[in-house]
Amino acid sequence: MQLVKPRLVVGLIIVSIFLLLGFVAPFFAPEDPTAWNTYFRNLAPSAEHIMGTNNLGQDIFWLLTWSIRNSLWIGLSVAAFATIIGVLVGLSAGFLGGFADRILTLFMDIVISVPSLPVLILISALLGGKTSLLIIAGVLVLFNWPWPGRQARAMSLSLREREFINVAQASGESSAKIVVLEIMPFVLGWALANFINTILVAISAESGLAIIGLSSLKDATLGTMIYWAMQHQALLLEKWLWILSPIFAIMLLFIGLFLVSTGWSDYFATRRGRQ
Amino acid sequence: MIRIKNISTFYRTVQGTVKAVEDVSFDIYDNEIVGIAGESGCGKTSLMKTIYGNVESPMYIASGSIELEVEEMGQKKVISGQEIHRYWWEYISYIPQASMSVLNPVVRIKDQFLDSFLQRDVRTIGKQALLDRMAAYLQELELPPEVLQSYPHQLSGGMRQRVIVAMATFVHPKFVLADEPTTALDVVIQRGILTMLMKLQKQLQNTFIIVSHDMGVHYQITDRMVIMYAGKVVEIAPTAIIFERSLHPYTEMLINALPRLGDDVQRTGISGRPPSLLDPPSGCRFADRCYLADDRCRQVEPALLELEPGHFVACLKREPGKEWSAHE
Amino acid sequence: MNEHFLEIRDVSKIYRVGGIIGATKIAAVDHVSLALEAGKPQILSVVGESGSGKTTLARMIARLIQPTHGEIFIDGKSMSGSLNHTQMKEFRRKVQPIFQNPFESFSSRKTVDTYLFETARNIAGAKNKAQAHQAVDQALTSVGLTSDRVIGRYPNQFSGGELQRVSVARAMIPRPELLVADEPVSMIDASLRMNIVNLFKELRDQYQVTILYITHDLSTAYYVSDLIAIMYRGNIVEYGPSSRVLKQPAHPYTELLLDSVAKIGEKWSEVMSLPDMETKEYGYSACKFAGRCPYVRDICRQVKPPLVDTGDGREALCFKLVDYQNVEHRPVTTDPITTDKVQEHAI
Repeated sequence: MQLVKPRLVVGLIIVSIFLLLGFVAPFFAPEDPTAWNTYFRNLAPSAEHIMGTNNLGQDIFWLLTWSIRNSLWIGLSVAAFATIIGVLVGLSAGFLGGFADRILTLFMDIVISVPSLPVLILISALLGGKTSLLIIAGVLVLFNWPWPGRQARAMSLSLREREFINVAQASGESSAKIVVLEIMPFVLGWALANFINTILVAISAESGLAIIGLSSLKDATLGTMIYWAMQHQALLLEKWLWILSPIFAIMLLFIGLFLVSTGWSDYFATRRGRQ
Repeated sequence: MIRIKNISTFYRTVQGTVKAVEDVSFDIYDNEIVGIAGESGCGKTSLMKTIYGNVESPMYIASGSIELEVEEMGQKKVISGQEIHRYWWEYISYIPQASMSVLNPVVRIKDQFLDSFLQRDVRTIGKQALLDRMAAYLQELELPPEVLQSYPHQLSGGMRQRVIVAMATFVHPKFVLADEPTTALDVVIQRGILTMLMKLQKQLQNTFIIVSHDMGVHYQITDRMVIMYAGKVVEIAPTAIIFERSLHPYTEMLINALPRLGDDVQRTGISGRPPSLLDPPSGCRFADRCYLADDRCRQVEPALLELEPGHFVACLKREPGKEWSAHE
Repeated sequence: MNEHFLEIRDVSKIYRVGGIIGATKIAAVDHVSLALEAGKPQILSVVGESGSGKTTLARMIARLIQPTHGEIFIDGKSMSGSLNHTQMKEFRRKVQPIFQNPFESFSSRKTVDTYLFETARNIAGAKNKAQAHQAVDQALTSVGLTSDRVIGRYPNQFSGGELQRVSVARAMIPRPELLVADEPVSMIDASLRMNIVNLFKELRDQYQVTILYITHDLSTAYYVSDLIAIMYRGNIVEYGPSSRVLKQPAHPYTELLLDSVAKIGEKWSEVMSLPDMETKEYGYSACKFAGRCPYVRDICRQVKPPLVDTGDGREALCFKLVDYQNVEHRPVTTDPITTDKVQEHAI
């Protein structure tokens, strides 16, 4: 029986390619791709410059790999922190109940109801040009942890009623142990799907900000690459590779992540169904 | 009469084929209450579904057939297999396990009666006349006629079960199959339903086939019992004989393991557990746990033989022509 | 040394059912009192049907639920209400639960031995791996299992009977004084039940454990218990030595139960007609059994029945035993607690 769905496989292949491009390839970059005027400008693609160079004298291909790397860094770190914090807080709130639950839920609800984009724009604007990727990542974590948090809480509420939780308590397990050892194993599959989704959300949020010029413009991310390309009229000047490569990269990355996320959910559900 | 002929019902799982029922044959006669007894995994529910013809994927009939003798327009006929579906409700009806959830929660009881099988009758006799008949029938069964107007959730569990029994027997089918009809019901209600079934059978003079893991239920209401173990029939006999002088070691050990209210006999459970039906052992399936078993038992599968009239046993140690005493 | 090992003093558990407006109160457990002598390990069965309150009572004793009124004492110390960390530890050492479904009693994602080791370390005071192993080994042996058969395995690798034994072993690790077993054998095949039921007897004799055995099955209750409490709609209607209660029932409900059990060896005497009382039964503020009782008189519907000592070690909640006299001069009540809904919310 075909257990591993094709979509999961395709998604994983795509994402792996990006991981390679983003984390392995940059080691081979001959120079810092973000520096201007490293090479002659506007060279056509050749053996030395696979995608040619742009108006600023940057090698487009290596610039792309660095952008992919930074975008991936943002995506992965935001997703990791947001998911871990969200899951731990959510599971604890659901399990502990009572006052602790009410406070935590209130907190989660408040954060969710605040729209993130205006706040991000505000912060960026206030910091002027000093926005760093770290700050953006931090804010994104702040806005994203309640989403998995609420779902984790719901799962925890129902798991808490299971009889083995009573047995765990009768065995003297502390609440912390119960949340991590008894309840968490049941949400790991879902948490992974959530993690992958959050990568998507984080990358798109940062890219969105970048395109309107509010990200950390000195860093190379897929979004900032598009921004700079637009600033230098890449479309009008028909510098296709420069502007289209990051756009296609984002699209392809998203498709890959989406396929992995849904493919994994499917696979996981079938596996669970057989247990 | 129903003839079960060499029925094997299996079902496909990820781990392989589970042989839920293997090569089972026996007859069910008219005007009797037959109990199919056995513990978890013995195959009684799968057998029941096979008799009724309700075999859906992943379950399938690997071999054998069920023959139902019906009378149509004065002529006796034998039908089998898929054709039996045409005779559902009229000839043979089925009360499934956990009947509590069988009723549609958003439809009134009277409409469920009408919808379920009486389309033809609705046309010929008319809705009101039919409802009157139903009310009269419910009263016979000591159910208040208001039940017809109610929704299932307005009735208690026991009441719902009685309604389902009423629905299943309304057109006086020749065979009623009840799968664990009183599991999960309170003792007092259970008695009420079982006595209702007994009374019905006396009135209708038809046949009830009761599947239950509760030997007490069999003792109280059945005339004859079929004991199953690990997918096979190990003993068939009149109920009194099963409880007083059964011949198959499993039946003996099972009955001995049951505490009886009021007596102070020390009881012991059977050790070990039933074999896996994915890969049943060769020879007798009870051999591992049987106090009589020897090497031959583990190699040769015992046939179901009629050791005395109406008393069938599948045990090498009990075969006629061999020297044995009641408890070796 | 306290007189009583377990004392349940006037305990009630009241649930509110329904919406914000017009909710009804249901007394799942209604003013129940019970005391078990100290120094005498016994098996007490609490028998009842759905809605009797037996499971609620058991869960209160095991501290899974808190009583609405009343208190529960173990060795003279109050064990209901909030306890601090040390008190909880002591409680868990003295009282351990065993649940009905062995497969639900363990997480399917963990090996079952993790619970055994946790109990050994957290409650039985094992200070290192060796001590923990020893405690676990001993406990498994006491239930007829061996460590190599159990350690490293997941719940789905056991049969129901074996897994239930592991549950019992876990509960026995801290050498508790009370085991609260909620329908421990109802999900196990009849031929295998005796293995566990006999085990309870052994534990009582060898390890001096008192066992609270909750069940709806009168036959096993009779077989295994020393004392029996029959519950109906939240009250204990009869209580006493099990052989006496089950052979010469004092309360009409006990009689009805005994009559209705599908017994082997004795056929039902006459065809019983089932009254519609399920739908029309009203919760009597007086005797809750009045609607079904063949011996009912007016006083039963008006006044709460007294707890009568029958003189042979039993107590029963019934007017019949005192000639229908209002001996305790209780008031005529119209208490709004209704019990007709208890059946649907089987507790």
